[in-house]
Amino acid sequence: MKHLLSTRDLSRDEAIQLLDIAEDMAAVNEREVKKLPALRGKTVVNLFFEDSTRTRISFEAAEKRLSADVINFAAKGSSVSKGESLKDTTQTLAAMGVDAVVIRHGASGAPQVLAHSGWIDAPVINAGDGTHEHPTQALLDAFTMRRRLHGAGSRGKGLDGVSVTIVGDILHSRVARSNVWLLRTLGARVQLVSSPTLLPSAVDSWPVTVSYDLDEALASTAPDVVMMLRIQQERMKDAFFPNEREYSNLWGLTAERFLSLPAQTMVMHPGPMNRGLEISSLAADSPQSTVLEQVANGVSVRMAALYMVLTGEREVSHD
Amino acid sequence: MTNPTLLVQGATLPDGVQADILIEGTQIREVGTGLSSAGAHTIDARGLIALPGLVDLHTHLREPGFEQSETVLTGTQAAALGGFTSVFAMANTQPVADTAGVVEQVLRLGDEAGYATVRPIGAVTQGLEGKQLAELGAMAHSRAQVRVFSDDGKCVSDPLIMRRALEYVKTFGGVIAQHAQEPRLTIDAQMNEGEVSARLGLAGWPAVAEESIIARDVLLAEHVGSRLHICHLSTAGSVDVIRWAKKRGINVTAEVTPHHLLLTDERAESYDARFKVNPPLRRSEDVMALREALADGTIDIVATDHAPHPVESKECEWGAAAFGMVGLESALAVVQTTMVDTGLLGWSDVARVLSETPARIGGLSSHGHKIAPGIQAELVLVDPSAQRTFGVQDLASLSHNSPYFGIDLSGQVVATIHQGYLTAENRSLIHAEEVAVRALEVLRG
Repeated sequence: MKHLLSTRDLSRDEAIQLLDIAEDMAAVNEREVKKLPALRGKTVVNLFFEDSTRTRISFEAAEKRLSADVINFAAKGSSVSKGESLKDTTQTLAAMGVDAVVIRHGASGAPQVLAHSGWIDAPVINAGDGTHEHPTQALLDAFTMRRRLHGAGSRGKGLDGVSVTIVGDILHSRVARSNVWLLRTLGARVQLVSSPTLLPSAVDSWPVTVSYDLDEALASTAPDVVMMLRIQQERMKDAFFPNEREYSNLWGLTAERFLSLPAQTMVMHPGPMNRGLEISSLAADSPQSTVLEQVANGVSVRMAALYMVLTGEREVSHD
Repeated sequence: MTNPTLLVQGATLPDGVQADILIEGTQIREVGTGLSSAGAHTIDARGLIALPGLVDLHTHLREPGFEQSETVLTGTQAAALGGFTSVFAMANTQPVADTAGVVEQVLRLGDEAGYATVRPIGAVTQGLEGKQLAELGAMAHSRAQVRVFSDDGKCVSDPLIMRRALEYVKTFGGVIAQHAQEPRLTIDAQMNEGEVSARLGLAGWPAVAEESIIARDVLLAEHVGSRLHICHLSTAGSVDVIRWAKKRGINVTAEVTPHHLLLTDERAESYDARFKVNPPLRRSEDVMALREALADGTIDIVATDHAPHPVESKECEWGAAAFGMVGLESALAVVQTTMVDTGLLGWSDVARVLSETPARIGGLSSHGHKIAPGIQAELVLVDPSAQRTFGVQDLASLSHNSPYFGIDLSGQVVATIHQGYLTAENRSLIHAEEVAVRALEVLRG
């Protein structure tokens, strides 16, 4: 694996392998000394054109636990009109001898452009691009599901037959896109629930079922996983939905809806949460919630991704 | 000194007849077989198709204001290499072509360069802002004799302004060329709204944003009894609306670009911004509908929407990139590849859609005539058997944002004749100074 740009181009074998390496990394993270020498002498840059403290510190923790040297580059302007171009920024980093680039960008496709530009000959990891993909988020979500379902016996397994319902702003969500492709590759059944205004007009071409009615969707599938997406409050201004109360009533995981779920249904959220809007505190703080596990697993999965693209190895060596 | 006599030998005319064409001064003197003229510059045109010089109703020459992208000189050089002898220059320059002064400047630059007749298009509204009418009458009565008005790049979206503009240009037989794009339905739009945009996470430009404006405008044109031209039709639904309007007798014409006849939105999968264009590349169903509509006459003409941009406007992330692609040099080859090689159009149809009808729509009486004695010598010679993988060496434009690099195209322009002199020969441009001297001779009569 040269780059990690999207979950869509991950094969099942590659995805499971990455999740298995993440299991090794999780074992490291449970040790007292949470550090491997794997990337000693390698320089990784976290190139963030968009603010995201959570994702950035997760990558930074992963890089440091693999003994990489870390550079954080918070670039504000993203277009030629606003300041330095992506090309110039990238070539600057290449000239400094960076070994890998972790990029977060507001423009869909920016990591792919960077990876295929010839401006830099380093592996590229997509840390979220526009409304396109957020592959490490989907991988950590899959890792979390697999661990909850299979515990210590997770290695080598996919998510065959697991029923996942993703609720919220699918249209603008890179998390949803990466999850749809990866969950499908791993054998899960995916259902999307949202307002028609917040679904892509061509969603019928996706390998999912679609519902507008959350109560009906939860009742008819009794899903193994309910994944709530963050709703941006400014969407109200663009007439995607009338107001918070109506959104919450129709598509929020209210306490009442949460209590109607089977006791083993996982409740996931990529964070940061709008409590009381898309998710109730009762659901978010319940034992069924995986929110904090997702954060912890994010570090393990990002360690695995960095390890794979930088060492090219398929297993962790314990030297 | 007058232009030397030119003798084109053995060319195949659009109707399939083989003939020699004798050009003296700025005119075609004789068309027939076995023609000879002592001292004439002879062009061996055996195996080549002779078409009336191509007329592009939709070109962005960028001058004044954006000379880093294109100038009138380089843009008309691109035109000559592509077989065009006239281009209509869009108004979105800096300053905007919304006054007689700017359109006369563009006209003069074109006359001096000498590669093609440049006809400025005037803005419909001041500054292309869609609020107040530009001085349409002053532009129409200027030396540039503007007849086509367009806010291209922006839609005249206010229905009242559009109605008034349609009415007003009746004064001097003008036409409004509408860039049909409902602005509220296309906020931040990046590419065709559909399966590909959903997957790529790029904001969608839905077909209905084009179709709804066209539907409104054909009804307005009918109501006020005026003449409407629709720029760069891109969807199957737009074709249906135009077909309906024409059947109803509404005075509307429509154009399609070469890129919408060949490329689809799947090209965006690379996030290569050379494929970012407005209106966007659509689905293959749309491409097929556009080809069919051009073949059956629903779409009247092909126009390039040649839109040069400097390298930094394309070598970046998709969202930050400029819309548009260059197209003058590749247009005829794309039309041959998509329409002639597929049997949808013959060469006389090509002459109609790329020369005769665009000249009529634009009110350009000197161009777009059947090849015959007495007409101004505006000609292009095409080698229909040429096959090439299109590359940067095929461009003359100052900008290189072509979507066709690496794509196999058939047909190539061998020579272009404008006002009786060569602007391109042996598949290459004639030198700018030589062309300028010839142009000056013509200007001085």
